[in-house]
Amino acid sequence: MSLITRRSLMAGGSAAAAALLSGCDPVSMPDVESLRQILDFGQFMSMQAQRLLLAGQPLVREFTEADMSPEFPPNGTERPNGMAYFQHMMSNFANFRLTVDGMVKKPLSLALDEIKAMPSRTQITMHNCDEGWSAIGQWTGVPLAHLLQSAELMPEARYIVFHCMDEMVRTPDGTGFYYESIDLFDALHPQTILAYGMNGKALPVAHGAPLRLRVERQVGYKHAKYVNRIEAVDRLTHIARGRGGFWEDRGYQWYAGL
Amino acid sequence: MALSEPNVESNAAAQPAAAPQRAVMYRHTVAVRLTHWINALILVLLLISGLRLFNYHPALYWGNYGYSGVPSFMSISALEDIETDEPVGVTTVMGHNFITTGVLGVSYDANGEPVSGAFPRWLILPGGLALARDVHFAAAWLLVFNGLVYLMFGLFTGHLRRDLLPVAGELRPRHVLADIWNHIRLRRPRGEAARRYNILQKLAYVIVVFGLLPVMVLTGLTMSPAVTAAMPFLFDMFGGRQSARTIHFLVADLLVLFVLVHIIQVVVTGVFNNMRSMITGRYAILPEDGR
Repeated sequence: MSLITRRSLMAGGSAAAAALLSGCDPVSMPDVESLRQILDFGQFMSMQAQRLLLAGQPLVREFTEADMSPEFPPNGTERPNGMAYFQHMMSNFANFRLTVDGMVKKPLSLALDEIKAMPSRTQITMHNCDEGWSAIGQWTGVPLAHLLQSAELMPEARYIVFHCMDEMVRTPDGTGFYYESIDLFDALHPQTILAYGMNGKALPVAHGAPLRLRVERQVGYKHAKYVNRIEAVDRLTHIARGRGGFWEDRGYQWYAGL
Repeated sequence: MALSEPNVESNAAAQPAAAPQRAVMYRHTVAVRLTHWINALILVLLLISGLRLFNYHPALYWGNYGYSGVPSFMSISALEDIETDEPVGVTTVMGHNFITTGVLGVSYDANGEPVSGAFPRWLILPGGLALARDVHFAAAWLLVFNGLVYLMFGLFTGHLRRDLLPVAGELRPRHVLADIWNHIRLRRPRGEAARRYNILQKLAYVIVVFGLLPVMVLTGLTMSPAVTAAMPFLFDMFGGRQSARTIHFLVADLLVLFVLVHIIQVVVTGVFNNMRSMITGRYAILPEDGR
């Protein structure tokens, strides 16, 4: 706690003063938790700075078809395990339903055709994997804001959680399924869509069929694939291990604008 | 007191006239010394975490997109030699392959066992991708804050104008060539000349402070989908997201080169005197008629 304050103080531009003032303090070795706080401080700064930059909700650059990459590598799961998903594949997702629930006044259960009948948005955008590669593809889907409006978000709702059909690791309590979450700042952005189409065709299985999230101002792992449930919540602590996503539960940052 | 103008303390007056002159000047303000060492630590953290990140996708491209399968400007990989069953490190630059086993692509651990990976383990941050990202971004913030403190004090104390700005005549080719010749001969500056940075030194510092480091920050930001949403001109500035990543890597190499040359210069021109001046600020001037 005091360490982070000192860091912030130095960050504030008075490195010399801070060093002189604390000259007589014994310097204790920071424990692991303090190191964690320093690292989280960087992420906190990134999020605050980026939210400030994005206050006017600008759109990410949309590219032309000529700019698209010849291929688009899938990231994460390329085909979920298990019979339930396989049967969806065999029936071409005819029996698939998307649930929208949690802190909404009108919970929804929608078939794929019903989702496709909603207003749609098509955008050619860049996908940024946190490993460093990037690809440009075209996505068609329903704006998440439209779905949330239809379900009538409650005022207490702060986060939108995307539950997925791909189980990354087998666990007795089911916390090994992929999931992700974003806050309303990103959820209501016009380019945040639940995509069912890619490059002019139906979304391929490798890219998250039948529905995947596009949250264009964040990196790859935030773009949940194989989404079958959208839950509005006021906090993330009660879901799985409580950090807001499968990778977040395993050490990755929840906000991934970089 | 800490921010006072660098001044010259000469103990010549106290000595008998016959004794050799030995002047000590106050060379570095406390702001320069502090930001220098903080910067050194930050650059090490950025380098080892950056190489850790690079190892997750050890290939560089030009343009906006780039992934395995797209022709790369440069890549590092490991092959299996089927005759010996040994892994072979291969570095490819603009289509030319080089075997770099032991350094790039494949390196050896403490037991002499080959380990695949672009940059060797001993050079990169331990741990995974999440930790490397956290360290890299936290260190990047510290670099920016530390840089702003340095620039603020640099303007305020006159360090930038007085120490880094070339003065009239210094940029004349004749002067620059003479200074290059001095460097080639490893000549240590003496007397009046030792009180100032020489022109190559000034140029190197100006290029690092106002060129390389800002380019590192800007190319880093160009890789952020959130930042480019607000500032899409960054794509145009660097020729695309992957170009920015490639430039980020190449400029990082230039910074490493700078630091290596910097350390060699410190050694050549007197480790003790240079280290003392960057720790206490006091720097001894070699007399003009040096022996």
